Amino acid sequence: MPLKTETMILNMGPQHPSTHGVLRLELDIEGELILSVKPHIGYLHRCFEKHAEAMTYPQVIPYTDRLDYLAAMGNNFGYVVAVEKLLGIQIPERVEYIRVIMAELQRIASHLVAIATNGADIGALTPFLYLFRDREYILSLFEMTCGARMLYNYMWIGGLSHDIHPDFVRKTKEFINHFRPTVVELNNLLTFNKIFIERTANIGILPIDTAINFGASGPVLRGSGLPFDVRKEDPYSIYNRFDFEIPTGIGLVGTVGDCWDRYYVRVLEMEQSVRIIEQAIDNIPEGNVQSAIPKRIKPPKGTAYARVENPRGELGFFIISDGNLNPFRVKVRAPSFVNLEVMGELCKGHLVADVIAILGSLDIVLGEIDR
Amino acid sequence: MKNPEEIFEQLKAEFGDVVLGIDKETPTEPLISIDPLKMNKVGAFLRDSDDLKFDSLMVLSGVDDANGAKIKDADGVDSISGGTLSVYYHLHSINLKHKITLRVSTSRENPQVESVYNVWRTSDWHEREAYDMFGIIFLNHHDLRRILMPYDWEAGYPLRKDYKNPEFYKGMKVPY
Amino acid sequence: MYQFLYDLIGNEILAGLLVAVVPLTIILVFALFGIWLERKVSAHMQDRLGPMRTGWHGWLQTVADLMKMLQKEDIVATDADKTLYNIAPVLVFSGSFAAYAVIPFSSKLLGSEVEIGIFYVLAISSLVVAGILMAGWSANNKYSLLGAMRAAAQIISYEIPTIIVVLTIVMITGTLSLYKLSELQSGYFWNWMIFGGPGPGLHKFLFIPFMFIGFIILYISTLAEVNRTPFDIPEAESELVAGYHTEYSGMKFAMFFLAEYANMFAVSAIVAAVFFGGYQSPFGYLGNAFNLPWLIPIEQFFWFTAKGLFFVFVQMWLRWTLPRLRVDQLMAVCWKYLIPISFVNLIVVGLISVL
Repeated sequence: MPLKTETMILNMGPQHPSTHGVLRLELDIEGELILSVKPHIGYLHRCFEKHAEAMTYPQVIPYTDRLDYLAAMGNNFGYVVAVEKLLGIQIPERVEYIRVIMAELQRIASHLVAIATNGADIGALTPFLYLFRDREYILSLFEMTCGARMLYNYMWIGGLSHDIHPDFVRKTKEFINHFRPTVVELNNLLTFNKIFIERTANIGILPIDTAINFGASGPVLRGSGLPFDVRKEDPYSIYNRFDFEIPTGIGLVGTVGDCWDRYYVRVLEMEQSVRIIEQAIDNIPEGNVQSAIPKRIKPPKGTAYARVENPRGELGFFIISDGNLNPFRVKVRAPSFVNLEVMGELCKGHLVADVIAILGSLDIVLGEIDR
Repeated sequence: MKNPEEIFEQLKAEFGDVVLGIDKETPTEPLISIDPLKMNKVGAFLRDSDDLKFDSLMVLSGVDDANGAKIKDADGVDSISGGTLSVYYHLHSINLKHKITLRVSTSRENPQVESVYNVWRTSDWHEREAYDMFGIIFLNHHDLRRILMPYDWEAGYPLRKDYKNPEFYKGMKVPY
Repeated sequence: MYQFLYDLIGNEILAGLLVAVVPLTIILVFALFGIWLERKVSAHMQDRLGPMRTGWHGWLQTVADLMKMLQKEDIVATDADKTLYNIAPVLVFSGSFAAYAVIPFSSKLLGSEVEIGIFYVLAISSLVVAGILMAGWSANNKYSLLGAMRAAAQIISYEIPTIIVVLTIVMITGTLSLYKLSELQSGYFWNWMIFGGPGPGLHKFLFIPFMFIGFIILYISTLAEVNRTPFDIPEAESELVAGYHTEYSGMKFAMFFLAEYANMFAVSAIVAAVFFGGYQSPFGYLGNAFNLPWLIPIEQFFWFTAKGLFFVFVQMWLRWTLPRLRVDQLMAVCWKYLIPISFVNLIVVGLISVL
């Protein structure tokens, strides 16, 4: 007579050391094997979209910072590009160059956090501190420019809030020289570590078709082998002037589209961001960063959808304007919101310990999921 | 690579009355209007047909058009009666690199839109959010429940223009 | 040592109690030092400083933490099984503490001279498994249960390679007692078991590679016995919050911690005693050089603690460098790799010793 067994429902509750925020995962497990994973979100809902309808267009920008608080420059960039599309104004060259440099620095900083927390969840606690030490350089660059380390309110509609400090170019070059050996150290310590590879290779394999159908973007999509990057597909700002590659997952150790591929895509993307910064940092033209900011921002009636490549994926802002000073509707297409849906598919047939590895490789931030 | 007029012509030829019109007044993106209860078929055609191949749904947003009559009901509370709620779909093709925006509009009193859950899985949570925030019922969605608000939130749909916060939720005072 | 104290005091019971107190003091002092060492080692490996304010470079930090823990409220969950919940930490600690009875700290400082030394240690540390299972079950928490089951599976599986390697040594030397084993390795460092053991003949040099393999297997298995990274799945902080000691607070939690550090030192001491000469000095004794025979036990104590501390330091070093293994990979390492290799080791060593 077969043994009567029951499946156990384990709650990786809102408070957990490695769910990257307040996320509740309801796991249906049998022993250690996962039968289903259901994410429950909404614990960090702060009604961004409702607030945006009550404020003027420039007043929304600090609120966009707080969506994906680990990549705040990218959020500012997305919102500002969408509003400028509605307004149809021209931005000075200096502003465009500085925006690209800031966005790429922010991409490096955000990927450092993603890699560090991914390693810390697997159990490697030392790279966490090494990478955060390197992130301090970037945060002090940001602090030198706009006074804030994490939530900047820097990119305004039509310009920037502050011009860069005279020492900025020199210090950025110092950072670039310091950063390249750090990536080599990271690879020796964590990326090609046998135990790390055992924990992440062949885990959570995401086939390309599923990824496209689910709308995944960013390193999650590129890790499955598709070289799709909004900066090349739909170039915004001046990205079409820079020469950089799009790293994709090739299944170097394990299968294409597993957790290790997504992790390695992030490591390679940091290198590409350094390339872009190197090309941009020497060629910043002169100008006034605040000359194109309109006095009153009242876009004509219409809709606009603009997307940018945030470190976590494709961030889109859909803005409907009805001719007033306040936007009529602001909808945020958050990359982590869409990437988290894939979680249910990826976890089937794996063990409880793998859920953490998969969640770490998806790199979600609850701020933008719940808005 | 097709522009929106060509796509509109192709859809009109295929589906006839289901495709309601193209709105070119918005300067940045022309909108094609579709009948809300036939969205699934149109979506499947857009995804699978060889010269369109819209395999990626970028975003699905609910919008409260606020184009009904503003009335004051018995307690002096403003509300909107009549009018429409809309859902905007932004589609994009990875191989053919073209984009299109679709819009469906339903009535405010009884908003029903057919779900495209089995065409693009992205819409799973986006439709739940549109339901949560606006009250739009998506037919044939496999699991339509609230996503951002608590599961037992009784006081309405937050992103509607005439939404008012309730006084208490489970004994806790809501406005602080 | 019991004999020595009995002659000193004359009272059986008092002498017995004092004999028990001495290893307890050693454990407590070691735990104090070990926790501070861990924090400083981890800090310096992570490019930061660690505790710096409480005492010179923070050495009083453990005392401060202990005083804090003593003041914490002892929370017991309503649905927890109270008897088991209270007994579990005691059991875990007793298992580790009892192992100290046969560890020879020096030729005069030995808890009790039982003939079955190592056998007793391996048997009594299985009490720890019972304690862990009790802790996980009685807390009435699914995380604790998962952690406890993983811990039980891990500890029981890794006892097998440990026993097989110890068998290899016992086979060569013919004695189970750790005291006699240490005595056998007297002389200079080339008489240590890792270099083939004492005894003339070709055997000694033929043994050396197999002794190295045995040492590595023993070290890895004992790492798994004490639940240290890369085998710390039972208390994996980022997966199961804190595994089987999630629900404990205050002094009981401190007991688990104490037990872990006691265990760490115990297994390092066993590795040192079995392979690295126990309390024997590698270079000869100052007591012999200056003709002060009472100096020799003190020197031996110093050498023994130095070797034990070195292995503890390597354990900490591994913890902060490597990520952790998943439960099934952990089991695969034990059953598919360590056990076959240790069996082959045993057979080859046996063949060589017969020749």
